[in-house]
Amino acid sequence: MTSEPAHRRRARQLTMALVILLGAWVLVPIYLLVVNSLSSPAEVNGFPKSFFPSFDTGSLGFFLGFAGVTRALLNSVLVAALTMVLSIGLGAPAGYALSRFEFPGKSSYRLLVLMTRAFPLPLLALPLAVLFIRTGLDDSILGLALVHTSLALPFAILITYSLFSGIPLELEEAAWTLGCTRLQAFRKVILPLVLPGITASAIFAFVISWNEVFAASVLTIQNRTLTAFLLQSLDVSPMPLKFAGGFVLVLPALIFIFAVRRYLFAMWGIANR
Amino acid sequence: MGSTRLPYLLLLPSVLFLGVFFLYPFLLVAWEAFNRDGTPTLAHFQTMASHWKFGTALTNTLLLAAVVVPIQLGLALAMAVLVTRMTRGRDMALYVFTIPLGISDLAAGIIWLAIFEQTGFLNSMLQAVGAVDGPRIWLGYQDKATIFLAVVLAEVWRATAIMLVILVAGMGLIPKEYKEAAEVFGASPWQRFTRVTLPLLRPSLQTALILRTILALEVFAVVSALGGTNLPVLMGETYVWQFDLQDRHVAAAYAMVILGISIAFTLIILRVLHVPKEART
Repeated sequence: MTSEPAHRRRARQLTMALVILLGAWVLVPIYLLVVNSLSSPAEVNGFPKSFFPSFDTGSLGFFLGFAGVTRALLNSVLVAALTMVLSIGLGAPAGYALSRFEFPGKSSYRLLVLMTRAFPLPLLALPLAVLFIRTGLDDSILGLALVHTSLALPFAILITYSLFSGIPLELEEAAWTLGCTRLQAFRKVILPLVLPGITASAIFAFVISWNEVFAASVLTIQNRTLTAFLLQSLDVSPMPLKFAGGFVLVLPALIFIFAVRRYLFAMWGIANR
Repeated sequence: MGSTRLPYLLLLPSVLFLGVFFLYPFLLVAWEAFNRDGTPTLAHFQTMASHWKFGTALTNTLLLAAVVVPIQLGLALAMAVLVTRMTRGRDMALYVFTIPLGISDLAAGIIWLAIFEQTGFLNSMLQAVGAVDGPRIWLGYQDKATIFLAVVLAEVWRATAIMLVILVAGMGLIPKEYKEAAEVFGASPWQRFTRVTLPLLRPSLQTALILRTILALEVFAVVSALGGTNLPVLMGETYVWQFDLQDRHVAAAYAMVILGISIAFTLIILRVLHVPKEART
């Protein structure tokens, strides 16, 4: 077996080559969007196109100055922030209960949460549109955030469940024997340990809401979010506006995914069980 | 407070929420699809089915899912295997592969529009190598095939990451001993993959396939960005009926169709990739 090292090396080189190729497949399209958004509107409409940005802020300036854009941006942030608070506020207690207690009805509850995955959730926006008109929640930040919470909540429950499961019960019990109440033990022992993970799942909820298109477009008219604004102006807006809009939509998502990258795999590993 | 009541109190808010904003709306949408002024009817389904776009939208949606999901499964498995074989740069590769996870379908559509539009990067590249002598239209109303192809590329590009994450997480749960045992018994890498990894990965494959299939049936913004109304899909028609044609009953009928297909596929996947109860971790 004298050829073994050479054989191994070739295999490793092939692996690396394929990884780089697939990396390029992911990164090149994003790069091209960046090139478009950092070029002047004239360059975006010109042909043939340069494959390098001219670092002209014309397109982005045109987009940000466009009527309704700043408002849409603000709405997107507000809805996503509210979704984040609601889904963690509702989901984290449930995740804690699932990880710490055995009780009748636990499996039915898990079924309810898993069931949400088998349903096309954005469709919820259709009946809720009618319901919201009756309750005065139509075209409001809160109304849309409630719908987005139903999208993000199942994830928040499963992720926090896996986070709390990762912390040994003994730690909590030790705190109880030392005289802490359940709430104190939770605040002083468990919370500091899970806080980074909770932050990650909160960010995940934010991204789910920030990216959502269908429900946002159905439920908002005056108070459009960025995705709803872009979708509804797709067939009328000029190219530079679309690309700059796409760029503004992608940028925070990229940063957020970078921030939560350590948790992505851990949370799916346990969510499968 | 007894700890028998505590778990229920902790679950209560989320149960109430899912009841009001998940179960109740689905009952409502079913009611809207099946009634006219309070009496049960199938008229909305007839209106939906007799519109010329329904057949095309249904075919396009199913065809897209049938093409996109298998490609994504293959690609995600390949990526997952590649990553597990890497010794250096593993985290970097995983981060890059999962970037599209944070990108919305609308943004993905816009990204691929930058490539396929008339003055886009594809034409610029073809011009540079002399393959065309002027910008060619790829996404015009007559170019159904290229619009379809562009949507497939955008979907594969954007949504393979979610499958990858689930599969990589699932592979991490497989005990190393199985692989080592297979190696000891002289199994080739390919045999180890098909006889050990794949069967043990079944729960993750199940989750990944169900999630992706349902999302594929909901395809909407990518198609709007790339094809406008030239490539009707179910979710797009739902939007058109709700908004442009202002008939929420027909929109609800569309919703029931999407829901029905989603549940059917979920059941099929659960059946085909059945995980025996004893094998669940």
